[in-house]
Amino acid sequence: MSATDTPVSLPTPDTAQRSPWGEVLHSLSRSGTFLTGLAIVVFWIVCALFGQHFVPYDPLASDIINALTPPAADHWFGTDQLGRDVFSRVIVGSRDILTVAPLATILATIAGTALGLVIGYFRGIVDDIVSRVLEAFMAIPVVIIALLAIVALGTSKITVIVVIGLSFAPIIARTVRSAVLAERELDYVAAAKLRHEGALHTMFVEILPNVIPPILVETTVRLGYAIFAVATLSFMGFGIQPPSPDWGLSISSNYGMIGGGFWWTVLFDALAIASLVIGVNLVADGVHGAFND
Amino acid sequence: MTDPRQATNALELKDLSVAYRVGRRNRAVLRNVNLTIKAGEAYGLVGESGCGKSTVALSVVRYLPRNGSITGGSIALDGKDVMKLDAEALRRARADSVSMVYQDPGKALNPSLRIGRQLTEIFELAGITGQAAEDKALAMLNRVRISDPASVMQRYPHQLSGGMQQRVAIAMALANDPSMLILDEPTTGLDATVEAEVLDLIAQLRRELSASILFISHNLAVVANMCDRVGVLYAGMLVEEGSTRDVFNDPRHPYTVALLRCLPRGGQRKDQGRLDTIPGFLPGIGANIVGCAFADRCALATERCRAEPPPLYELGDGRLSRCHYHDKAQSLPRATPAEIAAAQPKQAPPVLQVEGLNKTYASHGRPLRAVKDVSVSLRPGETLGLVGESGSGKTTFARLLLGLVPPDDGGSIELEGKKLAPRLASRTEDQVKAVQIVFQNPDSALNRSHSIRHILSRALKRLGGLTGKTLDTRLEELVRSVRLTDRHLVVKPRQLSGGLKQRVAIARAFAGDPRIVVCDEPTSALDVSVQAAILNLLADLQSRQDVSYIFISHDLGVVRYLSDKIAVLYLGRIMEFGPSEAVFSGPHHPYTEALLSAVPKLDRTESARIRLDGEIPSAANPPTGCVFHTRCPRKIGAICETQEPELAEAQPGHTIRCHIPYDELARLQRPKTLEPA
Repeated sequence: MSATDTPVSLPTPDTAQRSPWGEVLHSLSRSGTFLTGLAIVVFWIVCALFGQHFVPYDPLASDIINALTPPAADHWFGTDQLGRDVFSRVIVGSRDILTVAPLATILATIAGTALGLVIGYFRGIVDDIVSRVLEAFMAIPVVIIALLAIVALGTSKITVIVVIGLSFAPIIARTVRSAVLAERELDYVAAAKLRHEGALHTMFVEILPNVIPPILVETTVRLGYAIFAVATLSFMGFGIQPPSPDWGLSISSNYGMIGGGFWWTVLFDALAIASLVIGVNLVADGVHGAFND
Repeated sequence: MTDPRQATNALELKDLSVAYRVGRRNRAVLRNVNLTIKAGEAYGLVGESGCGKSTVALSVVRYLPRNGSITGGSIALDGKDVMKLDAEALRRARADSVSMVYQDPGKALNPSLRIGRQLTEIFELAGITGQAAEDKALAMLNRVRISDPASVMQRYPHQLSGGMQQRVAIAMALANDPSMLILDEPTTGLDATVEAEVLDLIAQLRRELSASILFISHNLAVVANMCDRVGVLYAGMLVEEGSTRDVFNDPRHPYTVALLRCLPRGGQRKDQGRLDTIPGFLPGIGANIVGCAFADRCALATERCRAEPPPLYELGDGRLSRCHYHDKAQSLPRATPAEIAAAQPKQAPPVLQVEGLNKTYASHGRPLRAVKDVSVSLRPGETLGLVGESGSGKTTFARLLLGLVPPDDGGSIELEGKKLAPRLASRTEDQVKAVQIVFQNPDSALNRSHSIRHILSRALKRLGGLTGKTLDTRLEELVRSVRLTDRHLVVKPRQLSGGLKQRVAIARAFAGDPRIVVCDEPTSALDVSVQAAILNLLADLQSRQDVSYIFISHDLGVVRYLSDKIAVLYLGRIMEFGPSEAVFSGPHHPYTEALLSAVPKLDRTESARIRLDGEIPSAANPPTGCVFHTRCPRKIGAICETQEPELAEAQPGHTIRCHIPYDELARLQRPKTLEPA
């Protein structure tokens, strides 16, 4: 035992300060952008979950006699060509899009993160080849890929989820890759190598937790695009099938009638899509701001 | 005060208080700081990080961050109250009378503008345009003695070395011929040789210009060499002030006394005793201080110190001390006992034997010899110090040992007589855990997402092969051996101070009972008091576990304290290798001589000043003959340019790579004994 073994008084770790995540939450709670976006998104989630219980009409019930009535007190948003209440259909119409788009985004995040970790960590030839393939893949519009896949696999919600998920994965992979490239140069990765840690441990246990912030930001941004993509596909008649109330589907079956002056059969669905996308993008903006303050 | 010279004071702070707003509360950073810098005077401000040194500088030019505010007192520049200036007058003051040079010149220069453009801009602001402005810019570069200023004008900042960037930054600061020049750690990121040049430059410019200087540095020796008067800041308060010579030779505040004792001085070595440390920690910003701010860390503190805040006592000769017992400050007892168990001289076979190690990188298609023909050996319990400027191959050599980069074919590394595979992946588990590292920057070395417990347990599991109960027991021992406690285990690295993080990093390196630990500048990011504690810890662990260190540092005092052997590297080659005492006391290689001469000395003794001209040449295109001949102050002639000298044995175990014979070196270097700070 040496003389300097006398305990040095060390300070109590400052646990009073916020953790990094606490810091992010704190800054989100003060971000008007984030809160506005969150309010919009929560509104549509509530509509999707409970809408059918509080809408004034059954969204599926047709009432031919009252078809195509303009907005009025008993039908706030008017009725469509089958006499169904547009307001009720818009409220409940968030249901499918809010399952399909998030699931597609989650799939994209998981696949993209795994891919990005691998190419960012190994670099070299793996990165060169995979990155070129991903870039080629990203050059094809999502809708074309979706059409091809749906023709080959048949139309279903699962197909839509898989197609959108996989076509967004390369974009997330690219984000993760660039974050991993910066992380792998830090000494804690060298320290892991000096413990003979395997590549999987280093990638998923050491590096992954540190690249969560950019992944979260990218995921929320992708969610906005996914909503848009799902709406586009259902407008084209893929994925969600009639008579399910759905915004894209509804626009596609009614847009021919705008010329006849029946604007209300299309406008409110279009506004709904726009509001949800804007809401998600505001959330994404807020999250981005909170991580990059 | 009716001092007639008062009007000529370049800077006068009166009761300056500054607070930062953190979490809806104003936290005091500066507390009633009174400070006067006379015209033409150089004033040094020292203290550990967090004492408020930079805040003083920022307040003077009113550049405080958005959450900072001046809560009291006044600042007068050239007699003008800075607080009362409107936006336009403030802009004029910043443009005309005060300039600042920051620590990192890379960040102070605009990366996308040529140097010439950035310099001329300053003159254009002053209304001089066109050719006249360019001529002035060129004249400024000449003034800061940049070689080939015309070509520097055409270059971008990233094409200049750190030392040249700092010269440009100084040129820019001097362009408006300021009456007040604020230097905030201007040489902290630079090599000792470059630092010496920049400090020489500042000293020369002082004689040419009339500017007063506020010089901020954590390096006491630098301040000792540059300043007329010095102020010691602690917890936002001026605790001691006086002429530089008085304060450093005869300190009157326990904090100053303790700071000075933390430095390894006069060639102190680990087997002669431990360094003194300062127990405890700086009060956090905004802490509510009752009594003396230093009382908690001061062994002289009495009840009076804890209850009654000491005033700044005037001690005559312009000396001030904020200590009730300033007359006996120097009797401050040591915080760390000096005595240590005497180390036994070892005659064990070498634990590490490196023969003919080379590493060549490809740089733009050309070979870059980062490490060339390096051979060293190290016994158990010994420390090999690696010194040399940045770019000399120290870190590459360490990474070769660790297996993080594979060496060229041919050389060999033997650990305890067994050959080590060049690549980490092909080394056995035992070999991997035997060679570990403490990195320079603990923020990079510790995974910020993991708790300390996770970090250390994982190391124990992988390196120590432990699980379950044995792991927990060993974890407790390990944590205690680096003097941390259980409550440090639950936190994440960011909740610990720099010194505590470095202790965790050391614990991790020691998890698998290593034979060799590479310490890559482990204390360069730390304050002196923390540095002393870490050096003591490393010395203790070594004497207890017989571990060998490869110690890399640019601080020669630190290297000398810990090292038994020294290897001096230049462009990847060993220029000198031998027992620490022989290398330091000389006769030594001219490069070693220059390195030692560059170290600023606390006692301001002017020893033989040897300055290296220019930059370290590129390893991709090394000079012919002796690689050092382009900068060598003792070059003897054509032989140096054509023939590379052998590493010749000067004395048993002490080798020097120089054409000058050993006896001749001894004669040349005899009159001056060089001692590092």
